[in-house]
Amino acid sequence: MKRGNQLNFREFAMQIVFLATACVSILAVILICVFLFANGIPTMREIGFVNFLFGTTWAPNQNLYGIFPMIIASIIVTAGAILIGVPAGLLCAIFLARFCPPRLYKILKPAAELLAGIPSIVYGFFGLMVIVPLMQNLVGGGGKNIITASLMLGIMILPTIINVAEASIRAVPQSYYEGSLALGATHERSVFSATLPAAKSGILAGIILGVGRAIGETMAVVMIAGNQPILPESILSGVRTLTANIVLEMGYATDLHREALIACGVVLFVFILLINLCFSALKRRAE
Amino acid sequence: MRKKRTPAKWITACRNHPMSFLQRVLVFLAAFITFSILVALIVYILVMGVPNLRPSLFAWKYTSENASMLPAIINTLVMIVLVLLLSVPFGVGAAIYLVEYAKRGNKLVKLVRITAETLSGIPSIVYGLFGFLMFVVALHMGNSMLAGALTLAIMVLPTILRTTEEALKAVPDSFREGSFGLGAGRLRTVFRIVLPSAVPGIFSGVILAIGRVVGETAALIFTSGTVTGVAGGLLESGRTLAIHMYCLLNEGLYTKEAYATAVVLLVLVIGINALSGAVAKRITKS
Repeated sequence: MKRGNQLNFREFAMQIVFLATACVSILAVILICVFLFANGIPTMREIGFVNFLFGTTWAPNQNLYGIFPMIIASIIVTAGAILIGVPAGLLCAIFLARFCPPRLYKILKPAAELLAGIPSIVYGFFGLMVIVPLMQNLVGGGGKNIITASLMLGIMILPTIINVAEASIRAVPQSYYEGSLALGATHERSVFSATLPAAKSGILAGIILGVGRAIGETMAVVMIAGNQPILPESILSGVRTLTANIVLEMGYATDLHREALIACGVVLFVFILLINLCFSALKRRAE
Repeated sequence: MRKKRTPAKWITACRNHPMSFLQRVLVFLAAFITFSILVALIVYILVMGVPNLRPSLFAWKYTSENASMLPAIINTLVMIVLVLLLSVPFGVGAAIYLVEYAKRGNKLVKLVRITAETLSGIPSIVYGLFGFLMFVVALHMGNSMLAGALTLAIMVLPTILRTTEEALKAVPDSFREGSFGLGAGRLRTVFRIVLPSAVPGIFSGVILAIGRVVGETAALIFTSGTVTGVAGGLLESGRTLAIHMYCLLNEGLYTKEAYATAVVLLVLVIGINALSGAVAKRITKS
C-alpha cells in the first residue's frame, strides 16, 4: 500500500516535470517578446515612432535614427529573392516529386537537404568571391547591389521552398493525376494543371516560410549587399537590410545608438511575427 | 514503362504538345540549375580551400600570424555539447508530455505547438539580440560560452521537440498497451518501452541541432563573443568556427585562411548531413 503511494507520487512528480519542460517554449517566446519590446518600444518613443520608422537618414553620430531605407531594402531584397527562388524552387520540387527517376532521387534529395545545411557564412563567402566579381564584370561598379543580394538569397531559400512544395505536391491524391491522364492530357499537363493547383496552399505556405528566411538572413547579406544605409536609386545600388544594420554596428554601438539597433531588431521581429501568423493560417487551411 | 525518347520523338512531342514540352524543359532546367549551383559551391570551396589547409592552421594557440582555427574548432565542439545538454532534456521532456501525457484537444498542447512554431521562425540575429539583452546584460554573464549556449539552446529547442514528437508518435500503440497490460505504470512505460524505440528519431533531431550550432554566426557574435583562444570556462568568451570565419573575412587580411576554414566547415556540415541520412535510413528500414 505504501509502495503504491510512493509510486503514485513518483508518477505524479514526473508528470509535473514533463509539463514544466513543455512550458519552456512558451516561456521562451514570452521572454523574447518581453526583452525585445521592453528595450525597443521606449527607444522608439524617445526617437519618435514616425522619425524612427519613416526617417530616411541613418546617422548615429548626428543622432539621426531613421530606418526607412533599411525597411525598404529588406523588402526589396526579399521580393527579389522570391522572384528568383520561387520559380526555380517550385519547378525543382515538381521535378523531384513527379519527374525524377528513383535512382537519381536518392542522390538529389540528400543534396537538397545539404543545400539547407550549408552555413550562411559559407554562402556569403561564396557570394563575395564568385557572384560579386561576376556582377562587377556584368554591370560594372562594385558588384555589391540589390541584384547580387537577391540572387544569393534566392539560392538560400531554395531548399525551404523545394522541401515544402515537394511535400505538398506528394500529398495530392494520385487520382487527380490519373484522372487527368485518362482524359488524354500529357504527363506534364496533368502535373501542372491537375496536381499543382491542388497543392496550392501548401506551396504558398512554403513561399511564406521562404519570405521569413530571406528577411531574417543576416551573415550572407551583410557580405554582399553593399551596406549603404540610404534609399536605393536603382536595382544596381547597394543597400543595407535591417539585419545587416544590426550586425554591422552592434559591436561598437553605445547608449541610444545601441538602443536604436535593438529597436531595429524589434521591427524585424514584428515582421517575422506577421509572417508567422500568415504561415500558420495558411497551414491550417492546407490541412 | 515510359517510351524511350529518340530525337525524332522529341521533335514530334514538341510539335504536338508545345506547352507540355516547354513545361518539361523548364522543370529539367530548374532542377539542373539548382543542383549545379550546389555542386559549383562545393567544388569551388574545396578547390580554393584545400591547398590552403596548412598545418599551422591547426596550431594549439591562435596568433595573428597563423590565424589558427584549432581553438575555434574546440570551442565549436564545446558549444555543441553545452547546447545539447541544455536543449535535449527540455525538448525530449516536452515531446513526452505532448505525446504521452496530454489529452487530445488540450489547450496547452496547442499553445506549445504555436510557440514552438514561432520559435523556429525567428531569425538568428533576433536570437542574438535577445541573448545579448537577457543573458549577457540582464543576467550579467558577459560575452560567454554559457550565454551563447543558452541562446542556441532556445533556438534548437523546436527542432528537437518536433523530431522527438514525430519519433514518439511513430512508436506503435501496441507497445504501450503491452506494457500497461503487464502492470507497468506510465512512467516505466515511457522510459523502458517508448523512449528506447524512439531513440533513432530523437537522434536525427539531435544531429539537425548540431548542424545548426556548427553553422550559426549571427546568434553567437554578441553572446559568446569573438575571443580567439579556447574558452577556459563557461563564463569565458570563445569564438566558434563560423564566427572565426566571419572575423577572418571582416579583418580582410586572411582570405586564404577563410578559404581553409570554409573547407573545414563544409566538410563538417556534409559529414553531419551524411550521418543524419544514415540514421534516417535505419529508421525507415526498421
